Amino acid sequence: MADQTLPIAGTLDVTPRERSQAMLLEWLHGWVVTVDHKRLGILYVVYAIFFLLVAGAEALAIRIQLAWPGNHFLSPQVYNRLFTMHGTTMVFLVGMPILFGFANYLVPLMIGARDMAFPRLNAFSFWLTAFGGLLLYYSFIGGFGLYGMGSAPDVGWFAYAPLTAKAFSPGHATDYWALALIVSGFGTLGTAINIIATTLSMRCRGMTLLRMPLFVWLMLVVSALTLVTITPLTAAQIMLVIDRYLGGHFFDTQAGGSAMVWIHFFWIFGHPEVYVLVMPAFGIASEIIPVFSRKAIFGYPAMVAASVGIAFVSLGVWAHHMFTVGMTSVGNTFFVLSTMLVGIPTGIKLFNWLATIWGGKIRFAAPMLFSIGFLFQFLIAGLTGIMLSVAPWDWQLHNSYFVVAHFHYVLVGGIVFMIFAGIYYWYPKVTGRLLSETLGKWHFWLFLIGFHITFDTMHFVGFLGMPRSIYTYEPDRGWNHLNFVISVGGMIQGIAVLIFAGNLVDSYFRGKKAGSDPWDAWTLEWSTQSPPPSYNFAADPVVRSRRPLWDLKHPDDPDWKYEA
Amino acid sequence: MIREQSARAIRLVSMPLLCVASAIARQAAWADGPQSSPSIFAPASTPASSILGLSLFVLAITGGIFVTVGGLLAWAIIRYRAREDDDGSEPVQIYGSTQVELAWTVIPILIVVVLFLTTARIIFAVQDAPKPRAALDVTVVGHQYWWEFRYPKLGIVTANELHVPVSNAHDPKPTYLHLLSADVDHSFWVPQLAGKTDLIPNHPNETWIDPLHTGLYVGQCAQFCGVEHAKMLLRVYVETPEQFAVWVREQQQPGMQEASVAAGRHIFETEACTNCHRIAGTAAAGTFGPDLTHLMSRATIASGAAPNTPENLRSWIEDPDHLKPGALMPAMQLNDEQVNQLVAYLSTLH
Repeated sequence: MADQTLPIAGTLDVTPRERSQAMLLEWLHGWVVTVDHKRLGILYVVYAIFFLLVAGAEALAIRIQLAWPGNHFLSPQVYNRLFTMHGTTMVFLVGMPILFGFANYLVPLMIGARDMAFPRLNAFSFWLTAFGGLLLYYSFIGGFGLYGMGSAPDVGWFAYAPLTAKAFSPGHATDYWALALIVSGFGTLGTAINIIATTLSMRCRGMTLLRMPLFVWLMLVVSALTLVTITPLTAAQIMLVIDRYLGGHFFDTQAGGSAMVWIHFFWIFGHPEVYVLVMPAFGIASEIIPVFSRKAIFGYPAMVAASVGIAFVSLGVWAHHMFTVGMTSVGNTFFVLSTMLVGIPTGIKLFNWLATIWGGKIRFAAPMLFSIGFLFQFLIAGLTGIMLSVAPWDWQLHNSYFVVAHFHYVLVGGIVFMIFAGIYYWYPKVTGRLLSETLGKWHFWLFLIGFHITFDTMHFVGFLGMPRSIYTYEPDRGWNHLNFVISVGGMIQGIAVLIFAGNLVDSYFRGKKAGSDPWDAWTLEWSTQSPPPSYNFAADPVVRSRRPLWDLKHPDDPDWKYEA
Repeated sequence: MIREQSARAIRLVSMPLLCVASAIARQAAWADGPQSSPSIFAPASTPASSILGLSLFVLAITGGIFVTVGGLLAWAIIRYRAREDDDGSEPVQIYGSTQVELAWTVIPILIVVVLFLTTARIIFAVQDAPKPRAALDVTVVGHQYWWEFRYPKLGIVTANELHVPVSNAHDPKPTYLHLLSADVDHSFWVPQLAGKTDLIPNHPNETWIDPLHTGLYVGQCAQFCGVEHAKMLLRVYVETPEQFAVWVREQQQPGMQEASVAAGRHIFETEACTNCHRIAGTAAAGTFGPDLTHLMSRATIASGAAPNTPENLRSWIEDPDHLKPGALMPAMQLNDEQVNQLVAYLSTLH
């Protein structure tokens, strides 16, 4: 709608006509050798969606097994592999790549740049990450190793030592796990460095740090946090590989090694990792909620400060995963306090989104529906997080289904909802076509209902004493009906995700033409064509405020008059 | 109009809350003793009930926050939806407010202070409680898929079923559990008695319980420990002082030696059984598996995986994988007669 009203140079189409005679092989070759940030972003997202379907199928197999007590759908060995692979896949092959994919595609467009700072590093990082994922899944066929033991890793995504030692995990499954994470970890580090360099040095004229869209800010913070957190994980994996191959004794408790060292290293990585995953979701929410409420984000400087604050505090809370390992009472108390402190900047974010909605004119398109789901679910996830930070209560809740419910509320109710919202929001920019709104509503409502049936119920089996990571349970514990309900909810979510996948494919060919700015939005990516030409902007944009397109659309009342 | 909407919004928010509350109330029997569902809302021991008190306080505060913030959110979303007759103009743009930001920073800080202080009190009360002289000491050793219980002062070694005396408020008789691991990480969790504490190799831990009602309390390993983590079940028998004294006396006897089952005993002593199992008074002195001296005093075998009946014992000896796939006990490839003799012998170990 805004095409003709925008005299922005980027809308000028100077793309040479290509691909008309391209053979399939050339097309494929183009994708493999590409260093274009947009194509790499798409590769990341497609790769992540593929693994989302794989890990989702693993979750459904887990839920079939747990639907009733004493079920024989999966053997204990296979069950343990599936929950290990489900967790590892969702965190490392879905969550991280899809969010870095969004960043790859959007950060240069949002800051008015023509590409990332290091396009070749960008391609290298993607292919490393992709190789890591393939390596992990190759374990299903290649992991038998010595003694015919193994196949996929079965030590849990947290892989507590000494269960990962050769004595307890013979064969090569655990090696695939460690090596896959080392490899994809290097890919992640490369992308993080790239995003930091891009945001710091590639911004267009007029885009000061405090005029960057919040998504870009969040990605900057996340990338910095990634540099700090992936490092201990990689170090721990290397120690594990040394233990397994070179006779090291870092975690070999039979030879005086320490199981505690692994637990510390893992959570020094693992807890900030949660924020690495959730903060891009905050960023997406901070882009979508203002546009669909038709208001500027409330308290932009507070949002930036809260993001940086969360990143800092998140580095000092890891041992709240360890309240049951036997720390001193003083140690426990410290981590209670630091963990509760995270609630304050997180609360500020939620309140600012609320204030952004307040007084707006909300349009309930699919991106906004998912964002509203996110707001409620993230509120609940935050509050159950407070409950878990209360160490004595955590002594009961830790490793129970309550924890499983809590982190799925964060990861699915928070992050996956925002990933869906982001895909509905930016799909028209990427493909030039809108996703079907009807299918989007089906997807949203089914997924919402399935999500709540599954994960609300999980809190209660946790209260009733059901631990996580068990392949079956006793029939007299009072968990039977609740588990059946949880499994039914899982199936509903599965159907919803299939509708989504169908929508992605169908709308690519038959979706409504989007135009450059279908949502009447305000950030720079909407000023260029959909899909954007390979050079993004024909002329470098110049901005004077946080919402350059608002200024263009409202020359009588531009933002730069009000921003301090 | 607006009032109608807000009433609807309140209903929308309060409905799930009511469901949640009634679900909790239904599930939590607030029982005065053991129940088959090991709910954390049915504590029967001081650590578990201190935790419940704290958790109800936290639940009330977080519930209050949920109703307030969730209510505001729901109201705002309904109130500020774009109307059918919208004129297409943009709403008033508001960029922020320092006062408001300050308010919603300070209020959460105050809530955190309250929560933190309350939590700290319970941490110290439970974790650093002074140990009474009358306390019973038990060493718990976690093994891949079973529990070893040692009573060092009483000279008793048993497995999977912990027996402790009941305690009471006037004359506390708590049991202190020293937690060790023989292989990988495990976690001791009987929700009605206390929160969980991990068993980590090279890292001794301690926890305590003082059950106030007799009966059987169930729980299980709560730290993933390998293939059969799910069937590493825990049974805690809380007994009157008299019952407990009887149990102790029985456990202190050496194994039965009945002539009628000498053939079975011979098989036990000459096959690989002795590598892993101990039976006091015989040549069997293994330590990798459970002590079988008083096997028949236990209600279950295979760490709670099956009731201790002759049929189950038989099936277990023939093929442990059948009852508990992945258990570390190997199938001994005995013939039918040998198994019969062995089961007959084991059935005399009262």
